[in-house]
Formats: sequence, structure tokens, C-alpha cells
Amino acid sequence: MKRRSLFLNTTASMGFIFLYAPMIALVVYSFNKSKLVTVWGGWSLKWYGELFRNEQIIDAALLSFKIAFISASVAVVLGTMAGFVLSRFTRSRGKMLLSGWISAPLVMPEVITGLSLLLLFVAMESAFGWPAGRGTSTIIIAHVTFCMAYVAVIVQSRLSQMDETLEEAAMDLGAKPSSLFFLVTLPLIMPAIISGWLLSFTLSLDDLVIASFVSGPGNSTLPMVIFSKVRLGVSPEVNALATLMIAVVAIGVTAAMWQMRRQAKMLEKQP
Amino acid sequence: MSTPTGSAWLAGSGSRLAKYNFFKRVNWGRVSVFSVPTLWLAVFFFIPFLVVFKISLSETAIAIPPYTALLDWNAEDALISLKLNLGNYLFLFEDTFYLDAYLSSVKIAAVSTFFTLLIAFPIAYQMARSQPATRALLLSLVILPFWTSFLLRVYAWMGFLKKNGLVNEFLMGAGIIDQPLIMLQTDFAVYIGIVYTYLPFMVLPLYSALEKMDMTLLEAAEDLGARPVTSFFLITVPLAVPGIIAGCVLVFIPAVGEFVIPALLGGSDTLMIGRVLWDEFFLNRDWPMASAVAIVMLIVLVLPIMLIRNNQGKEESV
Repeated sequence: MKRRSLFLNTTASMGFIFLYAPMIALVVYSFNKSKLVTVWGGWSLKWYGELFRNEQIIDAALLSFKIAFISASVAVVLGTMAGFVLSRFTRSRGKMLLSGWISAPLVMPEVITGLSLLLLFVAMESAFGWPAGRGTSTIIIAHVTFCMAYVAVIVQSRLSQMDETLEEAAMDLGAKPSSLFFLVTLPLIMPAIISGWLLSFTLSLDDLVIASFVSGPGNSTLPMVIFSKVRLGVSPEVNALATLMIAVVAIGVTAAMWQMRRQAKMLEKQP
Repeated sequence: MSTPTGSAWLAGSGSRLAKYNFFKRVNWGRVSVFSVPTLWLAVFFFIPFLVVFKISLSETAIAIPPYTALLDWNAEDALISLKLNLGNYLFLFEDTFYLDAYLSSVKIAAVSTFFTLLIAFPIAYQMARSQPATRALLLSLVILPFWTSFLLRVYAWMGFLKKNGLVNEFLMGAGIIDQPLIMLQTDFAVYIGIVYTYLPFMVLPLYSALEKMDMTLLEAAEDLGARPVTSFFLITVPLAVPGIIAGCVLVFIPAVGEFVIPALLGGSDTLMIGRVLWDEFFLNRDWPMASAVAIVMLIVLVLPIMLIRNNQGKEESV
């Protein structure tokens, strides 16, 4: 198709403008000197200074990073196990049960997941005294539950695309099941595990609804603090925070693309 | 990987021999790989729904936790009494507020899904047709918002749509309007918010469907005298159907239960069921009512979607 359609070009460009205009405006206005978010008062880094002096935001960010790190790490282990069962175990009733349950958190509205977990924690507390109150640990449990579903889907699709002959060869050479998994299968599915971890980390860092249900007093995560600030109107500090987050993601995505291109080139060079 | 070991239940072969030497034959590594994630989901995903169902049948009470017990044990008379309160469900059907909220959520989600498709299609098509280098760039431009905070992307529109926001400034500066339009806290803003935040979920499956398309089909159609519009609707769209379905499911499902977007961009009259549930729980502190709303939402909105998905999965595996 050499002939370029003007209509297609215009509509696609408009789509990209729609996708980026609000984000660019957010970034530009984070450097605004004026307190009024829409009046331009000249360039300034003032709001970044305010952001780093705001202890409430800093504490919430540290808590969110801690929760996201632990949740993603646990979710990766459980999700990889589930993905392994789904792609490698023979068909059985147990597997059908797991495959039904693992895909359900993906379609469940967040308000329902949050409410049901909170009610479970409350019921458990009155029955066995655990978890005593709600806080970091209950948020981590909730995040692991929905993140492991995403990891399982990614790992499963990687395992089903993979060449099984390598594992068969290792088995023929006498590898035990455990060494087969840790020396052959695990390195092969590592890219899927890494992207599962990153996705879980992002999802956990971003979750407002479920965390609001299952957190206790004094355990506000970053999205909860942002939400309560933003509900009252636009805030320049949040603009600064958003800019920093967009910058980190942009660096990450660029690095990933660069790495993929390098790998593609290396593959081309191979005969 | 099909080793003969493994518990009989897992391997699906219930032969007597397999049970005979159960403890010797069970491969404990295999069993734990299966049972750890399954038990986790049973405790933290499945059982919670039973708890929600139980609480939806109780009454609100001024207590901690704020609901009454279903089972009452009276020690004096050795009497167990079970009290089921169907009042929450009756109230759900009597008060049209809840029915309106369910219907309006479905309407808002369906309309936004349609517009997401309209905007995503040209982007995905352009990506699929461009050169590999441009394609990688455009792909990363679509993926970038996908990894950026959802909450902050919704927030970006608050500054954009408000009364003295950029859209109004621009339209007034261009002389198109002389009064600022009220856009924030309307249904319009909710539609924009949903289309905007879920756009990558629509573009990516559409792109993966269109990328596989054989472009020579279009050339053949052109040689045979088909106009571009005809070949678009007769060739491109049918080939993109799997991507269209996948994208619409990925947008529609989370949009129905959306809370953040109507809370930040919608007005007080924007009815969405996720927000009703939230308010019932956090503002009214009516846990049993919130549970009843959740159970009905699960049965009416989520179960049909899960059944459809499972059927599709089965068809694909066959």
C-alpha cells in the first residue's frame, strides 16, 4: 500500500493528540510559577520543592512502594505456579477449578473485590483474631490476589508458546523435576516473569479502590492521598508528582523498546 | 511433562492402583505447585463472596462490625435461630434508584466502548500499515499511557475540562464560543474519561489483529475495481473482528464497574453502580445494602461476561 490515505493519517494523528494533549498540559503546568493552575505565571520549579516538603505525600509514596514491591514479588511466585499448572498439567477437575478462579479477578469490578475482601477480613478478625485491624498486610494480600491473575496469564501464554523439546532433552539426560524447572524452564520464562512483576508493581502502585476498602486508619497509600487532594480541585503539587511519574515510565518504555530492537537486530545477524 | 506420578485427583485417572500406594506415589512437588495458588484463591477470592452473600442477608446495626448476626445461639433454651433478611434485595427492586444506576452504568459503558473503538481503529490501522521503525515508535506511544497512573490520567482531564481550563480558553480564544462551556462534572466528561483511559486496551488487540492482515488482499480488491471504502468494510473490518471483540470486552467490563472516573469527572447526577456501592459503604455505612448491591451486580453483570469468556476459551481450545 504505497498510497497514503489522507483520512487515515488525519484521524490517527488526532487520536494521538487526544492521547497526549492532557498529559503534555499536565507536564507544562507543573512548571508554572502561579498558584492558579490555569494562569501562566512563568517557569518555576517551586511545586517540585513543595512536593518534596509535603510529608504526607512522601510517607504515602514510601508506603505504596513498599506494598507494591512485596505484592509484586509474592504475586510473581503464586502466579508462576498457577500459570505452570494451567499450561503443563493434564486436564483434571482441579485444573478446571483453578483456571476458573484465576481468570475471575481479571473481570471483577474493583468495588466488588474490595468490598468482599474487607468483609472477609472483618469476619476473620472476629472469628480467629487475625488480621488484627487492617493496614499494610491486608492491602498486600488484596494486591497479591488480583496481581497473581495477571502474572498467571502472562506466564501461561509464554509457556504455551515455548519450545518443549529443550525440557524433553533435559529430562532424557536425567534431570530431576526440580532441577529441570530451575535450570531449564525458569530461565526460558524469565522475560514473562519480569514483565509480570513490572505489571504487578504498576497495578499495585496505582490501585485506589481496593486499597481504600481494605486499609485501616493511618495507612493511606499514594493513590488515596492523591484522590483526597484532587477531589477538592486541581493541585499544582499533584501536577509535579504526575510529571515525575510520567518521566519514569517514559524512560522505562524507551529502554524496553531499545532493548527489544537490539535483540531483534542480534537475531537478524544470526544465520 | 506428563509423568505418571501425581495424585489421582490431579491426574484425572482414578484407578485403584494409583490410590493403592498413595503416599509413595504422590509427587508432593506437583501437589504443592497446584495447591498453593488454588488455596490462596479459595481463601482470598472465593470465600469472600460467600461472606458478602451472608452479610447481604443481615440487617444494619449500630455495632462493630455494623451488621447483625444471622445465626443466634440462645444458651438458655438451647435454641439456634436463623434470621434471613431479604429486605435489602426487596428494597433494591422497589427503589428505582438502583435499577436506574445499573442501567445507566451499562449505557455509559456501552456508548464509551463504541467511541473508544471509533478512535482506536485509525490508530491501530495506521500502526499496522507503517514501516517497522515507525511502528515501534507508535507502539511505544500507545504503551506509555498504559503504564502511567490511571488516577493521574483521569486527573489530567480535570484541569483540561474545567470552567477556566484549557479547552474553554482555546475555544474562546478561537472565537467559537463566548461563554465557557460547563464540561466538568457532567456525563460528557465521564464519557471522555472512559474513552481516554481505556484507549490503549482497545488499540493493542486491534493492532495485533490488523498486523496479521495480508495487505495484498487490499491490492487485489483495488485491482478488481473496489473503492477503498468498499474494501475497508468488506475486507479490513471482517479480518479485524477478533481484535474488535477482544478490545470491546477489555473496555466494557471495567467501565461498567468504574468508580474513579464518575467520582472525579462526573456530576452528582451521574449514576454509576460502582459509585452507588462506594457511597452505600463509605457514606451511609450500610454494609448489608452494599453487599446486596454487589451480589446483584455480580449476578447481572459479571456472571454473563464470565460465561461468555469461558465459552470462547473452550471453542478456541477445541
